[in-house]
Amino acid sequence: MIDSSPQPVQLLSLDGERMPRPDFDPWVADLDGPALLALYRDMVVVRRIDTEATALQRQGELGLWPPLLGQEAAQVGSARALRDDDFVFPSYRENAVAYCRGVEVTDIVKVWRGNAQSGWDPYTVNVATPAIIIGAQTLHATGWALGAVRDEVDSVAITYFGDGATSQGDVHEAMVFAASFQAPVVFFCQNNHWAISEPVGVQAHRNIADRAPGFGIPSLRIDGNDVLAVMAATRIALDRARTGGGPTFIEAVTYRMGPHTTADDPTRYRDPAELAEWKTRDPLLRLHRLLTRLGEITPEVEAATQAQADAAAAELRAGCIGMPDPEPLSVFDHVYATPNATLERQRTDYAGYLTSFGSSDQPGEGR
Amino acid sequence: MTTLMTPATVSTVPGLTAPPPTPLSETKTLTVAKAINEGLRQAMLDDPKVVLLGEDIGALGGVFRVTTDLLAQFGARRVIDTPLAESAIIGTAVGLAYRGYRPVCEIQFDGFIFPGFDQIVSQVAKFHYRTQGAVRMPITIRVPFGGGIGAAEHHSESPEAYFTHTSGLRVIAVSNAQDAYSLIRQAIASDDPVLYFEPKRRYHVKGEVAPELGASMERAVIVSPGTDVTLLSYGALVSTARDAALAAADEGISIEVIDLRSLSPVDYAAVEASVRKTGRLVVTHEAAASGGLGGEIIATITERCFSYLESAPVRVTGFDVPYPPAKLESHHLPDLDRILDGVDRVMGRR
Repeated sequence: MIDSSPQPVQLLSLDGERMPRPDFDPWVADLDGPALLALYRDMVVVRRIDTEATALQRQGELGLWPPLLGQEAAQVGSARALRDDDFVFPSYRENAVAYCRGVEVTDIVKVWRGNAQSGWDPYTVNVATPAIIIGAQTLHATGWALGAVRDEVDSVAITYFGDGATSQGDVHEAMVFAASFQAPVVFFCQNNHWAISEPVGVQAHRNIADRAPGFGIPSLRIDGNDVLAVMAATRIALDRARTGGGPTFIEAVTYRMGPHTTADDPTRYRDPAELAEWKTRDPLLRLHRLLTRLGEITPEVEAATQAQADAAAAELRAGCIGMPDPEPLSVFDHVYATPNATLERQRTDYAGYLTSFGSSDQPGEGR
Repeated sequence: MTTLMTPATVSTVPGLTAPPPTPLSETKTLTVAKAINEGLRQAMLDDPKVVLLGEDIGALGGVFRVTTDLLAQFGARRVIDTPLAESAIIGTAVGLAYRGYRPVCEIQFDGFIFPGFDQIVSQVAKFHYRTQGAVRMPITIRVPFGGGIGAAEHHSESPEAYFTHTSGLRVIAVSNAQDAYSLIRQAIASDDPVLYFEPKRRYHVKGEVAPELGASMERAVIVSPGTDVTLLSYGALVSTARDAALAAADEGISIEVIDLRSLSPVDYAAVEASVRKTGRLVVTHEAAASGGLGGEIIATITERCFSYLESAPVRVTGFDVPYPPAKLESHHLPDLDRILDGVDRVMGRR
């Protein structure tokens, strides 16, 4: 494979040393010790939530879970760059983004417990429901951005997707539309190297970031495990979009340290040495080293961070296990916004069927 | 910035060039195509959130000229000439709907809808359910459909059953100029997504169009009353069904012709009332029989009106073949004689 693109932009060395980069530095100049510590806390908490959700799946409390282990910097760094009025169109792995936007931890797992098709009202946090059809959400983001232009506001849409999604037609069509109409949208690709079992080389013969300029969209290739580089790049892209500069494509080079989902088994297709290599580039480790250099890490800070993470995990566990099952007849709710006679008849028939078992029977549990 | 590869800029699209539009204010004789055009214009005047998206809908006015003058009258922010990508036309409409817009998408031909099928079925249809009512999808998808115009492949199809099978969508088909005008306005005003099928081969047929909205788009209407046979149809075939009723009357058979208008949900109350009266049912559509709307309607009517039926209901439809070459389409499409043959069968004459 020809590596034609520049090396991913890095502001933070593996040792946690701040690397100067004149074109990016101004975009993170405001991040002082406490601000960096806040990002670190986010990353620790989301990793803890992720670990707890995986455990809940293993214990039968969730049907499935898509871990984000290893992608904390890419998600937290970009999400924390957004304004409240920006709108996120995520895939299903952006649980750290959802957390940073204010989604309740219990709501994050609602879908995976099977209680709902959407864990939250998108308008309360300006995060769309996670798209499961790969790449479909990139078009929604582009359309939302077209609406923002028409509403004459400077809000920006950001859409998240993976390296696998870049093979989907919808992602290409989204870039065509975004470029043609100069839509204020940020295409945030987390290249985590694996689309289930397919390595990124199957999706892309050249670096993914190289594609965007062909569509007329400037692109940035950054180290996705470097929270500073992620935040700087996202701010650059958001600023371009806000000031009429149109779309930007960001390839955040990161690594899916866990399985695709809890149903996956990466040992069947992945060299353990590769994982070991990426563990040295762990995004939390790197930021921890920077904070240590800055003197922000103390035993008290470590303890408080861990306590915050454990509290989030406990809240998630209690909320998940305590989540009531939906009412049987709610299966018919909200199919349409307006009444539908055919569906109402089915609802009435099924309600009658359920009550035919008598009041002592639990509806929906069969005969 | 060295890492930011900057492409060439893109030229802007043209905007308003015409005086403010005037709506239809009195009854006029219009073609079906012009009636839709007037309906779109009225909807755009009624609600600034109505935007149009589609291929060639701007300066050209669409390949069937249905959007004629709308770009000049409303500008490029509301009449969006899109790149040639159906999935993106639907997918960006979803994003616009997220922001409170009422997008109206034009799919250029029936057979071109499939690149947008995933966005329609997986996204447009499901968003309201998925979000428990939080996100509405008031998207109208206009689709010229049906054959009989001697066209190349993919230009004559009747894909409506794919959408009537999909929960979350409303599907309507219009047969005449008045409904073309009234129902496009109702479809756009609906808070649910609507597939709006236009009778392509009758685009140039004229009819009286009043500015009123008329009967709800959910209602089937009796085109001509009768007592012996209920004949259901929609779209371009309604006029053929009406011709069949006239021809059958000469043989002493009284046919009640119903224009379904709404294909999802079907106005079963109207169909049941008619079948209880006639005891006989023929359904005709251009789409293939297998898995088609006719089979679904007949099954439902059989469940609900079995004891009223004098004979087994009959379908008169296109065959279970891909849409054939133009020189064969007259064999494929239900016509007057095939519909009358179906009537003879439910009458026990064959």
